[in-house]
Amino acid sequence: MTFVADNPLATPLTRHLPLAAGLLLAFVAVPAFASDYVIEAILLPFLALSLAGLGLNLLTGYTGQVSLGSAAFMAVGAFAAFNLEHRIDWLPLPVSILLAGLTAAAVGLVFGLPSLRLRGFYLAVSTLAAQFFVQWALTKFGWFSNYSASGIISAPSLHVFGISLDGTAGRYLFALSTTALITLFVHRLVISPIGANLIAVRDNETAARVIGVPVLRTKLAVFALSSAIIGIAGAIWAFAYLRTVEPAGFNLDRSFQILFIVIIGGLATVRGAFLGAALIVIFPLLLSRFTGLAFDGVADAGVLKLIERIFFGAVIIAFLIAEPNGLSAILSRITRRFTR
Amino acid sequence: MPGAVLRRTGPAYLVDKTDTVSPRLAAVGAGVVLDGISLSFGGIRALTDVSLDVAPGEIRAVIGPNGAGKSSLINVLSGLYQASAGRVRFGGRVFSAVPPQELAALGVARTFQNLALFPGLSVADNIAAGLSFRRLSGIWGNVFSLPLARQERAAHQDQVREVADRLHLTADLDRLVATLPYGLQKRVELARALVAAPRLLLLDEPMAGMTATEKAEMAGFVRAARDRSGLSVILIEHDIGVVMGLSDHVAVLDHGVKIADGTPDQVRRDPEVIRAYLGAA
Repeated sequence: MTFVADNPLATPLTRHLPLAAGLLLAFVAVPAFASDYVIEAILLPFLALSLAGLGLNLLTGYTGQVSLGSAAFMAVGAFAAFNLEHRIDWLPLPVSILLAGLTAAAVGLVFGLPSLRLRGFYLAVSTLAAQFFVQWALTKFGWFSNYSASGIISAPSLHVFGISLDGTAGRYLFALSTTALITLFVHRLVISPIGANLIAVRDNETAARVIGVPVLRTKLAVFALSSAIIGIAGAIWAFAYLRTVEPAGFNLDRSFQILFIVIIGGLATVRGAFLGAALIVIFPLLLSRFTGLAFDGVADAGVLKLIERIFFGAVIIAFLIAEPNGLSAILSRITRRFTR
Repeated sequence: MPGAVLRRTGPAYLVDKTDTVSPRLAAVGAGVVLDGISLSFGGIRALTDVSLDVAPGEIRAVIGPNGAGKSSLINVLSGLYQASAGRVRFGGRVFSAVPPQELAALGVARTFQNLALFPGLSVADNIAAGLSFRRLSGIWGNVFSLPLARQERAAHQDQVREVADRLHLTADLDRLVATLPYGLQKRVELARALVAAPRLLLLDEPMAGMTATEKAEMAGFVRAARDRSGLSVILIEHDIGVVMGLSDHVAVLDHGVKIADGTPDQVRRDPEVIRAYLGAA
């Protein structure tokens, strides 16, 4: 709710110009000019992880419910989309993806139930149950992976309305449109009064309950919505990026990675998920180039990998001490300096 | 009839009015009645058989030394604590345990001893949170700006503006509440409590830590709210000057027991109150 325009010069046109330019770049320029390597190795994982981060940010950043089960919901989304595509031939891809999101929402709702009684660390530990249970169930019951001997299945071919999306650009556009639509949805949600309810639950649950914010309903709805978004991110991760579906890719490491994306990017901001995901995806690539150049011949590949990890960890710690509000806060400070 | 049994059946905590309700509960029409409220934490008795009638439009102060059970009383009234015995009546309904999530719908609003605002929200959104129990539009309606959601948003905005105007908060509506000075934050909390036009307002030390000017201002806002809509106010406050000036009646608690109840003048002269709380002048 805004009562006074924060900046009289920022008309709708100038305010939305950077976003419009970015979308134009992403939808038109990238597919036309970017190399396959950039799309396959950077942009596809970036989009999938951004979307997962966005989903988790709704839950953790806005509503204050810490979850360590994100990868499980990604797995649910990926496997649900695979089974829908595989078993129901005629289902259009967007519908499968939507239904996969709904499946993840249902699972998220079940694992969200403890949030009605548990808070903070205790809730985080209870979401670990989702992480372990889902991975176990997907490995244990062959039906989920269509009884594939290795447990690794290749993703079905992607097409919408008869147009094949199997090429690099096609998969990129599929991931980009899905991410853009969901981001718009989340943006509209968090600026609405419902978004204020989420923050009220996070900031002071007791006060929220006493003044009549529907705390329990809000928590469950956010668990479902967040899981649905993360599930769709899982489907994109498997279908568009990896082109394979396997439970092992959705382990606890992935859950932590998504949590780091949200924390580094900036809790309770929409763009934070994108900034965090960009850092998490691009930084290791740059780092491996750098260590490759600096320590070439000095250390073997295993040691290089270790150096990378140590450096990455150190950067995260330094970063959180210097700016606990994440990359989003840094970006705000920079833009404010330039617009003044 | 034991409260535990009542709580398990039907529309929980609602006691059938026709049976064992005491004549006191049945007699008073509107307003608030506390009938024989007791509360204990383990072996510690926080409240013992406290009864209190607050008429519509009355400002009732509850005073007493630290640990006398004043905040416990408000927490029982707002459902955060469950009384081990006794009933509470708001308007036409009698409760053995007040459901906190329905409090706002029952026309009861409260503020907290320590600020309980939402620091991540603007002043306007903090105040508007006091209306969210009335919102009918859900996630989809709000995301897609359907007509109902739009109407509700506009109506709530008007109500927020109106209450902000009364409490002189208009200039700060867009500010993040965490950036406001303490006195203003207390006022935002009052605005959040008043925005839904409650019938009963529970104020837990609304003036603690304020300057004399701020206290006078706050007392003025509370009185104006009462005069405007005839709501009942239960007020916990330590500043005896403010209490005596603002309230119609004063109840005094000591060790969880009500030791006096009357007009400010009666209470001021009560020897028991002087011994327990006020001290000899």
